[in-house]
Amino acid sequence: MNAPVEMEIAQRVPDHARQAAVARALLEVLPAQSVLWEPTDTRPYECDGLTMMRQLPMVVVLPDTEEQIAAILRICSRMGVPVVARGAGTSLSGGAMPHGEGVLLGCAKLNRIVAMDLASRTAIVQPGVRNLAISEAAAVHGLYYAPDPSSQIACTIGGNVAENSGGVHCLKYGLTVHNVLKVRGLTMEGEAVEFGSAAPDSSGLDLLALVIGSEGMLAVVTEVTVKLIPMPQLARVIMASFDNVETAGDAVAAIISAGIIPAGLEMMDQPATRMVEPFAKAGYDLDAAAILLCESDGTPEEVAEEIAHMESVLDAAGAKRLVVSRNEDERLTLWAGRKNAFPAAGRVSPDYYCMDGTIPKKRIGEMLRAIQAMEVKYGLSCPNVFHAGDGNLHPLILFDANDADQLRRAEDFGAEILERCVEFGGTITGEHGVGIEKINQMCVQFQAPELAVFRGVKRAFDPAGLLNPEKGIPSLHRCAEFGRMRVHGGALPHPELPRF
Amino acid sequence: MTNKMIDDAIPAEASAEASTCGGLDALIAQVHEAAANKTQLSIRGGDTKAWYGPRIEGARPDRRVDVRAHAGIVDYEPTELVIVARAGTPLQEIEAMLAEHHQMLPFEPPHFASPHFAPSPALPSSSTVARDGTMDRGTISRTRAASGRATLGGCVAAGLSGPRRMSAGAVRDFVLGARVIDGRGQHLSFGGRVMKNVAGYDVSRVLAGSHGTLGVITEVSLKVLPKPVQTATLSFAFGEQAALDKLNSWGGLPVAITASAWRPESPGASTSPRGRLMVRLEGSESAVLSGIRRIGGLDVDQHEAIAYWIGVREQTDAYFASRPQEVPLWRIALPSTAPPLDAAMLGFDDQLIEWGGALRWIATQVDGRVIREAATKLGGHATLWRASDLLKSKYGVFTPLSAALMAIHRRLKTEFDPDRLFNRGRLYPEL
Repeated sequence: MNAPVEMEIAQRVPDHARQAAVARALLEVLPAQSVLWEPTDTRPYECDGLTMMRQLPMVVVLPDTEEQIAAILRICSRMGVPVVARGAGTSLSGGAMPHGEGVLLGCAKLNRIVAMDLASRTAIVQPGVRNLAISEAAAVHGLYYAPDPSSQIACTIGGNVAENSGGVHCLKYGLTVHNVLKVRGLTMEGEAVEFGSAAPDSSGLDLLALVIGSEGMLAVVTEVTVKLIPMPQLARVIMASFDNVETAGDAVAAIISAGIIPAGLEMMDQPATRMVEPFAKAGYDLDAAAILLCESDGTPEEVAEEIAHMESVLDAAGAKRLVVSRNEDERLTLWAGRKNAFPAAGRVSPDYYCMDGTIPKKRIGEMLRAIQAMEVKYGLSCPNVFHAGDGNLHPLILFDANDADQLRRAEDFGAEILERCVEFGGTITGEHGVGIEKINQMCVQFQAPELAVFRGVKRAFDPAGLLNPEKGIPSLHRCAEFGRMRVHGGALPHPELPRF
Repeated sequence: MTNKMIDDAIPAEASAEASTCGGLDALIAQVHEAAANKTQLSIRGGDTKAWYGPRIEGARPDRRVDVRAHAGIVDYEPTELVIVARAGTPLQEIEAMLAEHHQMLPFEPPHFASPHFAPSPALPSSSTVARDGTMDRGTISRTRAASGRATLGGCVAAGLSGPRRMSAGAVRDFVLGARVIDGRGQHLSFGGRVMKNVAGYDVSRVLAGSHGTLGVITEVSLKVLPKPVQTATLSFAFGEQAALDKLNSWGGLPVAITASAWRPESPGASTSPRGRLMVRLEGSESAVLSGIRRIGGLDVDQHEAIAYWIGVREQTDAYFASRPQEVPLWRIALPSTAPPLDAAMLGFDDQLIEWGGALRWIATQVDGRVIREAATKLGGHATLWRASDLLKSKYGVFTPLSAALMAIHRRLKTEFDPDRLFNRGRLYPEL
């Protein structure tokens, strides 16, 4: 479970006449079972993975085809109704939280793999196809789709495009933006557009780069062409134990300067290993202040060469203990702890707040120290799991949402981490998206002129501003309000005083 | 290494070349003035790719934004795999700095700064291309004699990638952040210095290949990668179809192919000519060895191979250098599995195929609309790479966009550059 952010978007209750008019119009282009408006039917759609932010949509539509989506968009465009597209609803930032006076466009029924071409190593899939389903279907050809967000068993490719999803292997294999060749979509007016191309470097501006990671605010995705790559013949992982977090952070830098790009390079601090071990039984070194998981993949010869190289670098970097997986079972066991960090947090604490900032790798040790100080300041504990190879942090702030004071402290704790990320030259979100959750922090990371450009980009794609409004990019007004609560430059008044 | 040390280590050579402008403040002032008077501007770096694309509307020597004085590496920390540099920084300088730390720009950008590069008037044969083994030193001495040196800003604005595009990705795949002066004279900053960043729209990536139509790029941060430890180039005797089939089937194997080039052996000889396929493997010692075992072929001499790939990248290779200037040269991007192009219908007798089959160069006098239609039918697009201004304006340099896409392009241009000050017409006449 995630923490609530301020419940500042008032629960909107739609005007009944308006609701009826919109539903009637939609029923003209959709079968009856594809249009929902009774609260009992729309309730399952009231939130995504950010469960504390809830809003009943005015109407839910569940189309089966691109033509139906186009018809829905034309109607909504004509009637001025906001549209929020949704895949599996696994977003951790509230990107798919419904709009109270809008239509929630569920794309889950468009779940067909349209084509899979072995020779060109590409697959054409509908937006509701699950991330893992692509790799499963490609496996018979010895291929797979590289980005592997931890929700990959459930999350859809349409949502991955919206969020530019990453995963534990993106240091070596890239993000969604590096693995999607083409997106077919619809503008808010219901007009078909193609971004990118199955051929390299499509003509014109690279709008595909804008659409990927746009959180559903620029176009509705109806078909995605993804790149497939050969499955590595072998993968092995090293668990390296360290006496302190700085040494572990330095070891990450040492691996990179040795010219190695590991398939995965993850870090967990001691509170995190101790949190997951009883749950996942991964065999982690619980005495270590931090562990690194360092993976190599490729041909057996390559892996043997790289693992030996990694071992010597880690050794020289001060690792106290190295454990290398000897077979696939051992490798998966070592990863099980890391991949189950979020559920484990849910087990030891009533609630947790998962952060997603990214910082330059060299600041990792410093950041961990800062978080330790914040634990004292806010009186909450915060285990840390990191995509260390690319500096993407997932501090998990543990708290109890039923305690209003803890909730407030958790929010302030999270905000301080994000602001520290910006100060360190990083970003407030590496892969989970801004959504509704981090919209205030956007005002910290960006200045007014850049935010104005973002709003301009939005207008260029969606002049009426109806696609997923109020997400991702804060309005001028919101930043002004947010700014009033704080002193300029990110410093709070009287920082020595706890703010409860 | 600290920023200070880097700044000190870099000679301020670039500034010596700049004539009309100072640094950043001067660039901003120039844009402000142009915005106030609504005068059009054309942006230049090393002027090595000015021949590319349609002529800029209203371009005049006194209305050029010269970015070269705004040069220098701002930050480079090898362990972060990120380099940040000002737009006027010569590419060579960046590549040399990276090479010191055994790193590289993975997309292998062409400089097009060699005096032997085809669009320059005098065209000696490619045999004079550096064969001293060190890619950079060879080009440095030559390019200094040439009219200009490719800059980082120009590299990103042109969005062109070299042979390694087929495996590593394009310029845009490595852009992490950028600073840009928009049409209101605002100096804006997008993205950053970290590899994962989904806050706000990815504006910095869109600047790659924007041809300066959205603003003046002043600084770019790029992801870099370690140089491969080992490399080998293999040569095969294959006809066109066989080469395409092989490249596509090898693509599905765990073989580290990072460049490929096919050319018929005796151009124009028959309808299905014999040809020569060159393939470059890169990676760890064992990866390259296992690749060689897997795909076979004839091992090409290391020095010859280095010179060959430079020739392909810089277009000083005989394929480009021996082409008569008056025959338009087309750059056709296709899905790698597209069948051989119809030589009779498209009127060419020689061809260079790169990027695992996805990039095909043809020189032909045939009507540009026929070429475009053929490329579009195969799921790709055709760029009029080298031609007279007359032909460029007749056919357009870049494949025309659908009405829906053009509408978005026009609105984006208006948001960034409301008075259409920058590089008007350089991408499309409407922008």
